[in-house]
Amino acid sequence: MFKEDKLKKVQEEKKKWIEDLSKILCETPERLARFSTVSDLEIKGLYTPEDTKDIDYSRDIGFPGVYPFTRGVQPSMYRGRLWTMRMFSGLGGPEETNKRFHYLLGHGETGLSIAFHYPTLMGYDSDSPMSRGEIGKCGVAIDTLKDMEILFEGIPLDKVTTSMTINPPASILLAMYIVVAEKQGVSRKEIGGTIQNDMLKEFVAQKTFMLPPKPSLRIIVDTIEYCNKEVPRWNTISISGYHIREAGATAVQELAFTLADGIAYVTAAMERGLNVDDFAPRLSFFFDSHIDFFEEIAKFRAARRMWSKIMRERFMAKNPRSWMLRFHTQTAGCSLTAQQPYNNVVRTAYEALSAVLGGTNSLHTNSLDETYAIPTEEAAAIALRTQQILAEETGVANTIDPLAGSYFVEALTHQIEEQAWEYIRKIDEMGGMVAAIERGYPQAEVADSAYKFQRQIDSGEKVVVGVNKYATDHPPIIIWRMKPEIEERQLRRLRDVKQTRNNQRVKELIDQIRMASKNEENLMPHLINAVREYASIQEICDVWRDVFGRYSDPGYF
Amino acid sequence: MSPKRKIRILIAKPGLDGHDRGAKIIARGFRDAGFEVIYTGLHQTPEQIVAAAIQEDVDAIGLSSLAGAHDYLFPRVIELLKEKGADDIIVFGGGIVPEEDLPALTQAGVKGIFTPGTSIEEAVSWVRKNIKPRK
Repeated sequence: MFKEDKLKKVQEEKKKWIEDLSKILCETPERLARFSTVSDLEIKGLYTPEDTKDIDYSRDIGFPGVYPFTRGVQPSMYRGRLWTMRMFSGLGGPEETNKRFHYLLGHGETGLSIAFHYPTLMGYDSDSPMSRGEIGKCGVAIDTLKDMEILFEGIPLDKVTTSMTINPPASILLAMYIVVAEKQGVSRKEIGGTIQNDMLKEFVAQKTFMLPPKPSLRIIVDTIEYCNKEVPRWNTISISGYHIREAGATAVQELAFTLADGIAYVTAAMERGLNVDDFAPRLSFFFDSHIDFFEEIAKFRAARRMWSKIMRERFMAKNPRSWMLRFHTQTAGCSLTAQQPYNNVVRTAYEALSAVLGGTNSLHTNSLDETYAIPTEEAAAIALRTQQILAEETGVANTIDPLAGSYFVEALTHQIEEQAWEYIRKIDEMGGMVAAIERGYPQAEVADSAYKFQRQIDSGEKVVVGVNKYATDHPPIIIWRMKPEIEERQLRRLRDVKQTRNNQRVKELIDQIRMASKNEENLMPHLINAVREYASIQEICDVWRDVFGRYSDPGYF
Repeated sequence: MSPKRKIRILIAKPGLDGHDRGAKIIARGFRDAGFEVIYTGLHQTPEQIVAAAIQEDVDAIGLSSLAGAHDYLFPRVIELLKEKGADDIIVFGGGIVPEEDLPALTQAGVKGIFTPGTSIEEAVSWVRKNIKPRK
């Protein structure tokens, strides 16, 4: 970014600085032998124009809304519209969660995000023996359309967008959402939102898997194909690094594995014969914002630059919208501590600031009590207020990509990008992400990083305040508890639905899903028909488990 | 004399919870500490866990749960061990377990609970102190 002669002068001055510094360090050495990020990337004491000399502004940084989108995907970024404040919520049954949705919207939330309980995530109904002890505990219990109708009571689906963290049964939940909208008189063409629908990362992290990778991919491509024509405002996949990071990956691994998953989805959809520019603009991303401030900002910037190159150069996409990496961010759950839980408010605020300075398009901020349970209303409100303070008091949304041009941030962005390309090359050599997952490669990489980090905490090399340093007793906080009657109510409702629906019709529609699964017909229209008649999630997933087989955890450690 | 038998531990993930970072770190930490470790992998029913524990002839079962179902799943494992006459196998656990749940789990027979922030070393010393290889 600098002229030769200027750079030469900087180099001379730097030499002098190093000499002076060495003298000082002889007397007062630095605090640590090595400074590194939370991902253990070594960081130098000073960055200068020398570190950015190979960066070309127009080629590598450019302008917001313009390839390679390093500075953001929209030309006006937050000056035009703030990021969407989307709090991940789900607790007990649909009644409790509907109440929470209204509470958060009433407090200024701008988008919905559903957390489902484990049985729904795994394709089981509340009455399955697999669901014992799990109903409503880790999110909202949804068994049939009836539950979704209650969940969205009083929420007009043409006015709000909804993100659903759901994977193996993602297409079923989308079908239910379409029918809820239909019953509100809202056309599927008008609804907006996201299904996570990212099965590949499930084999690496989060681990709500059901079917083997290949049939999982087929169902995902069905949703892409259907939404292209029928639900044009829907984000068909949220290609997620969040869970990979939470499982212990480094920032570089999170970035690389997420983009490699994205490459696999684009490839699969193109193999189906879809035109890349028809579906790529509706792919979205989801990243973690961890505690290492600059590393995260650099990661977000590198992510946008890399994806635009992948789409334009590798997949030859022509539409600039196909080149844009739009992403949601969640602050890092794994950075929070059960000890001294109020410190979590501070951690979350810094992480949210990183995400905003990194140009996130939507954000969830964790609550201080999430190392214990699902957040209480009060804790969720503080987390939402954290975003509102950032957006409307601190002034950080006044200008676009304010850290661009920082020698450190630009150098780190470049370094993270280069290391992530290295992983992507390795995965390409293995035959792509599906093959890499089948041989356990990303799983092993993540487990190694997680173990190494734990050892660094245990040795005190990495500090966690209140845990391995400054540990003191702290009074207990009030946490959310599920009322036992919620479970009974959920089971009763499911029983009633199964008794009062047209069971003959449901059976026929389930059979049609079975046929379409075998015949490689697009499943979406069949799913919509079946859920409209109150077929349950498990009834459909059982068909898939039967037709496609199950995936079970190989249990590496 | 035959060499002293190593402590044998089954690390298990009961229920539908998919958070396995902690279980895998503990499994590896125990292995590095010289214990014999068998890891069940995810999504195991209490029945499957008890069957594996008996078949593998372990001294202890370490259960991991981060999704709030510990209050049902941990006692259920112990109940099944009793039914099979295998309640000499020690059960301990870890994960997201609120403090107020600890008395009920202890009452049910869970011998140790490790909550967030536990170091590998703390868990290893607890095992050395509380679990002896069975004959």
